[in-house]
Amino acid sequence: MQNFEFVRPTSVADAVAALKGDEAQPMSGGQTLMPTMKARLAAPEILVSLTAIDEMKGVRKDGDQIWIGGGTTHATVARETAESYPALSSLAGRIGDPSVRSRGTIGGSIANNDPSACYPAGALGSGATIVTDRREIAADDFFQGMFMSALDEGEIVTAVKFPVPQKAIYQKFIQPASRFPLTAVFVAHFGDTVRVAVTGASSDGVFRWTEAEEALQGNFSADAVSGLSVSAAMMISDLHGSGAYRAQLTKVMTQRAVAALA
Amino acid sequence: MNSIKLRVNGKEVTGQVEGRTLLVDFLRKDLRLTGTHVGCDTTQCGACVVHVNGEPVKACAMLAAEADGAEVATIEGQANADGSLSVVQQAFQDHHGLQCGFCTPGMVMAATALLKENPKPSEAEIREYLDGNICRCTGYHNIVKSIMAASGQDVPAMAAE
Repeated sequence: MQNFEFVRPTSVADAVAALKGDEAQPMSGGQTLMPTMKARLAAPEILVSLTAIDEMKGVRKDGDQIWIGGGTTHATVARETAESYPALSSLAGRIGDPSVRSRGTIGGSIANNDPSACYPAGALGSGATIVTDRREIAADDFFQGMFMSALDEGEIVTAVKFPVPQKAIYQKFIQPASRFPLTAVFVAHFGDTVRVAVTGASSDGVFRWTEAEEALQGNFSADAVSGLSVSAAMMISDLHGSGAYRAQLTKVMTQRAVAALA
Repeated sequence: MNSIKLRVNGKEVTGQVEGRTLLVDFLRKDLRLTGTHVGCDTTQCGACVVHVNGEPVKACAMLAAEADGAEVATIEGQANADGSLSVVQQAFQDHHGLQCGFCTPGMVMAATALLKENPKPSEAEIREYLDGNICRCTGYHNIVKSIMAASGQDVPAMAAE
């Protein structure tokens, strides 16, 4: 790993100030960025650690939503949303492995927007709001393609606010070596609306399967999507599975999710 | 260089580290605590698992500078005060939970973290928890048996595969 200047601010304001330089890189739990830097795919001159910022940590009620600080680890989210939002707790508690969950954070995962990460599906499927140091962004506008988001240079995810659906579930089909989703689907039922978010499948990153959402709003059963199909054209195709396989998995995992909830 | 001060196995230590110094390198090279192993250096094998503020962490995926102010526990601190092995260590010995021993420090640290969080895990919960720890020798069965035994559960009752 190339050396860098290490700074560890204790407030969001100080972190934003430290990120003003061109070659500064924020790091939260580092469970993606550290291996990336070891492989020399990233070599920042200044590394701004976000792990000592207390105002970015914790889980609490915020009206009828759940506020989760961007620096909150997966392990903490899994533990502290177990009663208030079990589907999100289950998602957080299955990311990577226990040691990864001790360090990795929700803000880091969402800012990185890996096309196979779990949290983007949870945030988009829940219709969450991404809170940054300067604004609030709806999840629908935040995720903009593989590793792309609405974040500007030097902007950090300070919190994520989740509305709590009547019922929801995260169905993950893992790629067994990496433990990342090969394809995973987050289905949330809000009574009058249904949201279906898919990760791991598309080369555009996380997306909403709106055709399935419409079908499920009228008839919340696994049969409602059996006549639908997902185009394989934009799907990731690699040694772990073809685009057609991921397209089929999108449908099957959606059906399994609905069957488990219905 | 960054000045750091932390507690390792209950003892206060200080050090001067570069930004890029990994926690595992600080432990092994600066403190000479070589019980924590580096298997892959790519965050996948779990041989370097230590506890940071009570939680399991891969020491190859954390900067030493991030451990400033933290409480770190390594395999060297697991034995009892009188030098006898911890319950988990003893169970690994009794049930042949190791062969070459390379993964063992990480396995013991992961198992100890699991039992703190879940004192009577099922066999499935143990296997799930060890997702991030790779062993090339044992085929895992004796490791799982060791952890069942360390939690005071009946080992022969486990299904043979």
